[in-house]
Amino acid sequence: MTDYHEMWKELGMDIESHDTLCEVLPNAIGDVFLSQENRPKAMDFWDMVISEVHGIRPHELIEEQKKGRKVFGTFCVYVPDEVVIAADGIVTGLCGGSQFWVPAGEAVLPKSTCPLIKASVGARLGRTCPFFRIADMYVGETTCDGKKKAYEILGEDVPMHIMDVPQMKREKDIIRWKEEIAEFAEKVEEFTGNEITAEKLGESIRIINEKRKALARVFECRKSECLPISGRDALLMMQISFFDDPVRCAEMCNRLADELEERISNGVSVVPAGTKRILLTGTPLAVPNWKLHNIIETSGAAVVCEEMCTGTRYFENLVDESKTTLDEQFMALSERYMKTNCACFTPNTGRIDDIQRMVKEYKVDGVIDCNLKFCCLYDTEKYSVSRALKNEGVPVLSLETDYTDTDAEQLRTRIGAFVEMLNA
Amino acid sequence: MKKYLIGIDIGSTCAKTAVMDRQKNIIYKFQQPTGWSSIDTAQNILGDINRLGIDTGEAVIVATGYGRISVPYADKCVTEITCHAAGARYIYGVEKAVVIDIGGQDTKIICIENGVVADFLMNDKCSAGTGRFLEIMANTLSVSPEDLCEMARNGSDTSISSMCTVFAESEVISLIGRGEKRENIAFAVMDSIASKVASQAEHLIPREAPTVCITGGLCEFTYLRELLADKLHCSVVSSAGGRYAGAAGAALYGEKLI
Ligand code: SF4
Ligand code: SF4
Repeated sequence: MTDYHEMWKELGMDIESHDTLCEVLPNAIGDVFLSQENRPKAMDFWDMVISEVHGIRPHELIEEQKKGRKVFGTFCVYVPDEVVIAADGIVTGLCGGSQFWVPAGEAVLPKSTCPLIKASVGARLGRTCPFFRIADMYVGETTCDGKKKAYEILGEDVPMHIMDVPQMKREKDIIRWKEEIAEFAEKVEEFTGNEITAEKLGESIRIINEKRKALARVFECRKSECLPISGRDALLMMQISFFDDPVRCAEMCNRLADELEERISNGVSVVPAGTKRILLTGTPLAVPNWKLHNIIETSGAAVVCEEMCTGTRYFENLVDESKTTLDEQFMALSERYMKTNCACFTPNTGRIDDIQRMVKEYKVDGVIDCNLKFCCLYDTEKYSVSRALKNEGVPVLSLETDYTDTDAEQLRTRIGAFVEMLNA
Repeated sequence: MKKYLIGIDIGSTCAKTAVMDRQKNIIYKFQQPTGWSSIDTAQNILGDINRLGIDTGEAVIVATGYGRISVPYADKCVTEITCHAAGARYIYGVEKAVVIDIGGQDTKIICIENGVVADFLMNDKCSAGTGRFLEIMANTLSVSPEDLCEMARNGSDTSISSMCTVFAESEVISLIGRGEKRENIAFAVMDSIASKVASQAEHLIPREAPTVCITGGLCEFTYLRELLADKLHCSVVSSAGGRYAGAAGAALYGEKLI
């Protein structure tokens, strides 16, 4: 393994504290991923990336910055990568998924804030994540209240642009989001010094669409009765796709999909026939949050789909590539992004329709709906999600958790009982 | 040839064991406090089983409860949800029912349809509405939990508003300080438990003619059963054997392993 300490020092990171984080990661990776049998060969790539998650990609980003490129950090799948890429910028996801960062977040935020927000703020202010140091500009959005207010605090420490996400999906909201995207484009042009032309935007729309199609191909394979990849591995691929270069990401996902398709035709499955198939829905699972997948898949079931922002919401729906003027392209972007069904919107019945559709597509035996503690939006939606599914005779388990391990046994009992129920 | 089905339910406060013959009759049952270490408890239980003259080689052993992973000699671990449902079905002879298990530190609501679990809820995040809550309040009033429950029958018109056990305890202390009748305080305690449990159970109780059965440590507290029936507007059954529902359900599970 390469020693990245010099790089981290130059980034102004808290090296001592960061070292303790680096110490625990290999064990977690070993327990959650490497211990699995019969994994797809193509997972080697993601194993490598995650084993040096704070080294390989940050190093690449810094090299690009030296050439004058700008890195934009984002926190929500509503922020259009296409715009940044059209100006030769780079996008990296910034959501924190570890308890490690929570205390530094709690130093400035109320305890009753969702752990994703606390970890994200903590990773920046605690100076223990290279991505949070590298990003030249953060792009926030007006989604949930917790994030909105946290951006005000982050904005004191780093250049910040906030996009005003609508809360409803009427025609006028789609137009308003288009205007927000156009304004963001101006901001990006100014910050990067590069002009966004219709040609460049057309090209970046194509690049991100290719990435979406590649991710969708992997998910398509998960619909097979013969399950060629574990939920844990698919989640890892998904999480890394928020950080990686989009062209390479598409290439790697396509390579994985090739192997998975071959596995399916050869009847290679990672679980015994009859293993119960779980769809997981709810709040996003940021790296390295693998807790639920790990418990579910060591309790005798398999996760076959995530109806989440770290899942189907990230790649479903493509942007119309036929538009030739910036104005039309911004509208096409808005139309695609506004199809994403997040609990920040009202009404959000589209999410329930999505879950019901996916239950059929992925041949799901049971749904687990889980939100991060203190996320009142997704917590509240559990009621309608579970009612709709139960009406259709689909078993649902509603859970709530955070980033600590203290509730692992309680989750194990609930999930174990749910799997026993599906098997009865 | 297996002659016995043994179920061991290691709960947070009490460990229950049920030994069945192959005709599924409970031939022995016994309980002991779980104490500090469920591993030690499991070893004690093994000693007790041996003293009954049972060769564990002739038995299928299934462990359940929160200490289920601490029973190294068990053939299988099964969650308490599955076991309580199977046990309630065995004890109460129901195919369709809602089981309320009030345990030492958690409460489980299990909906049984066609004899198997169809849905469940668990509260193990807070001790309100559990045996632990009752125990703490009984301590504060210097009575046994059983006596507190019976005393409550003669009380009325007092309530505790805090859901948190610690705050509820200080409410009880200030009620004592105000000179409130003990019966009334006892009523407030029982009413708080029943309300908490009922509000959880409501989510799973079907509208038409539900059967509600109680299992777990508080199943012999008849006044609690009456309060629950009142709050849920339906009949609630319980029996002394309900305490062993988890263990019986675990023993029955053993049949599947033979
Ligand atoms: S859950 Fe909503 S706010 Fe969070 S990333 Fe997804 S779309 Fe954005
Ligand atoms: S999980 Fe909920 S509370 Fe947390 S950032 Fe997402 S929408 Fe906000």
